Amino acid sequence: MLPDLIAAVMLVALVLYAVLGGADFGGGVWDLAAFGPRAKQQRETIEHSIAPVWEANHVWLILIVVLLFTAFPLAWATASIFLHLPLTAMLIGVVLRGSAFVFRKYDVPGPAERTWSRVFAAGSVVAPFFLGVCLAAISSGHLTDRAIGESYAQRYVWPWLGLFPVLVGLFVLVLFAFVAAVYLTVEADTKELQEDFRRRALGSGGFSAVLAVAAALAGPKVRVPELPLIVGAAVVAAAVTAQALLTRAYRRARVFTIALVAVFIGGWAFGMYPNLINPGFELHQSAAPEATLRLLVLALAAGVVVLAPSLYFLFRVFKPAR
Amino acid sequence: MNEVLLARSQMALSLGFHIVFATVGVAMPALMSVAEWRWLKTKDADYLTLTKAWARGTTILFAVGAVSGTVLSFELGLLFPGFMAHAGPLIGMPFSLEGFAFFTEAIFLGLYLYGWDRLSPKLHLASGVIVALSGMASAGFVTLVNAWMNAPKGFRLENGKMVDLDPLAAMTSSFAPHEIAHLLLAAYAATGFAVAAVHAGLSLRRGGSPFHLKALSLALLMGAPAALAQLVVGDHAGKVVAEQQPMKLAAMEGLFKTAAHAPLHLGGVPDYDARQTRYAIEIPSGLSIFAFNDPAATVKGLEEIPRADWPHPAVHYAFQTMVGCGTLMAAVAAWALVLLIRRKPLEARKWFLRAVVACGPLGFVAIETGWMVTELGRQPWVVYGVIRTADTVTPMPGLVVPFVLFALVYLLLSATVARLLWRQFHLVER
Repeated sequence: MLPDLIAAVMLVALVLYAVLGGADFGGGVWDLAAFGPRAKQQRETIEHSIAPVWEANHVWLILIVVLLFTAFPLAWATASIFLHLPLTAMLIGVVLRGSAFVFRKYDVPGPAERTWSRVFAAGSVVAPFFLGVCLAAISSGHLTDRAIGESYAQRYVWPWLGLFPVLVGLFVLVLFAFVAAVYLTVEADTKELQEDFRRRALGSGGFSAVLAVAAALAGPKVRVPELPLIVGAAVVAAAVTAQALLTRAYRRARVFTIALVAVFIGGWAFGMYPNLINPGFELHQSAAPEATLRLLVLALAAGVVVLAPSLYFLFRVFKPAR
Repeated sequence: MNEVLLARSQMALSLGFHIVFATVGVAMPALMSVAEWRWLKTKDADYLTLTKAWARGTTILFAVGAVSGTVLSFELGLLFPGFMAHAGPLIGMPFSLEGFAFFTEAIFLGLYLYGWDRLSPKLHLASGVIVALSGMASAGFVTLVNAWMNAPKGFRLENGKMVDLDPLAAMTSSFAPHEIAHLLLAAYAATGFAVAAVHAGLSLRRGGSPFHLKALSLALLMGAPAALAQLVVGDHAGKVVAEQQPMKLAAMEGLFKTAAHAPLHLGGVPDYDARQTRYAIEIPSGLSIFAFNDPAATVKGLEEIPRADWPHPAVHYAFQTMVGCGTLMAAVAAWALVLLIRRKPLEARKWFLRAVVACGPLGFVAIETGWMVTELGRQPWVVYGVIRTADTVTPMPGLVVPFVLFALVYLLLSATVARLLWRQFHLVER
């Protein structure tokens, strides 16, 4: 019961990280891909939407890791051994993205600023890609598969450098870009900018759908009876989002984009349940002692009481309904 | 270098980098809030300019602190999975609380930095105060983890394994009070003196400037009392270490032989092969008094444990450096206090301003070396007396690659932050 509860909180945190922190990474992707007569305005819109919230959005990732090593220490230890390289790559992306984002604002305008812009964008591409790779690797069934062999590459590289993890990495990258583009249609000041981001949303949305299908085909077979329901929900959410974008109903598009991401991540978790890492790390068997879990739930409850109103306030101040 | 040493080096590098930004992130919001409060109170525009100038510096430093902190939360597992597998359920509690405190800090910092024209003046100031308080809390929680590693409790050992875990008891480590007080005071003292040094320098260069002297006064108001209080807390910390981690104290002091009337070594070179500390100024019975308030007290020397378990001799140099820096800062703090009591105008005191400039980096030198004392001094244990560091390192070979990678990234970031801050100092045209 308690392990399920904490796993559920981690799932919610992951969804929130994807729709909030993920969108900040996606903003970096569009910063890189800013072109046309309004490239400068596009970059400014992205900068304004990210600046006040990215640090708070980013903490969801830290929360997930802390919950993971507190409640499921052995699973975390195993994942950090075998995913050392992609996790390190992700962290380098996280560090460069965050630092460069601030540096470019305070550095000398001109070449230095442009260099930091590139670094910011590169970090925004690297981090979500490797996040996707890691999430795919723990569900692939190869991470803890000792039958593969004992060489360095067999243990520490091949489990995550396969077709499936790479496709999921690309999918997460494009999905985050899509989420960002949808939000930016709401945040843009002018009709022209809205159109720019609308086109980007439609393009990246279509691309991420292709990648989702490709990744599903390359991935391990999921045998849960509810599979049609999950796929159905994803298709409906995607269709409503597309329709909303086509009819320029941007707020509706935003709501259903969030729903779509939640269905993707929820579906992924549902396919894994009750495993935390496929195979071998079952939620209940790898959980920390009862005393730890009980206290953790209490801390989470207390944390939510502090966090929820603060977050609400933050978003009400910076993302007011217009 | 072997893999254990590489893992430890990467951890040291990451923590040594992060601790500077983290401590500034704790102390700067307090300074900003005080300056903003002065602005609201006096309507003196200098204080508004100052608040905004400090906020710009804080934006840069906080961002780097946040991302380097993220790296650390992963690195514990990446480098020492054996430590996380066993200690995770015990230290997860303070880490979770730290997570929430940091969350609050990040939320309200966003509101503070970008909410100037969206929040009422009172709400804006309140956001700053919340950032300062949650920063203090998150530093406290994360230090609880280190306190537990130094003086672990909340479990029973059964065949070398920790059982009957009690995470609440683990949060009441006997090292917690002094470590938290020591770290927070260090954050306020180091940041206060560094900021004071910048403004003292700019004031000297511009032949006295009311703006920079106001800034200097606020910064010293935070830094000077902290530096003075640190003398008391630091002394107390030494006494707790003497009692509970005698071998760390022995390494700090370069004491090889267990002895009553143990001398205090000022400076000196510990020679591990000859088992003596050369060239030190010896204060007879000094260590016995310092550690146990009793000149006849027996202080244990390194000879009590096998040579292989002796902490690295760098602990001695780090400790001497930390104490030296702290003492100099306390002296300048006392000087400031004297000037304040005699109501001497600061701008006429050129030598005082020069001394403040000289103290600028000392606080951070003390933080780095103090961190070395507690971490190197705890070795070979990651959890004192329970888990050895070498037993917890990741089995993945080739750790030189991530180490070099992070070293390059942190080098680039350090150089950039230094350059950007320097640029900021000169943008304040007053």
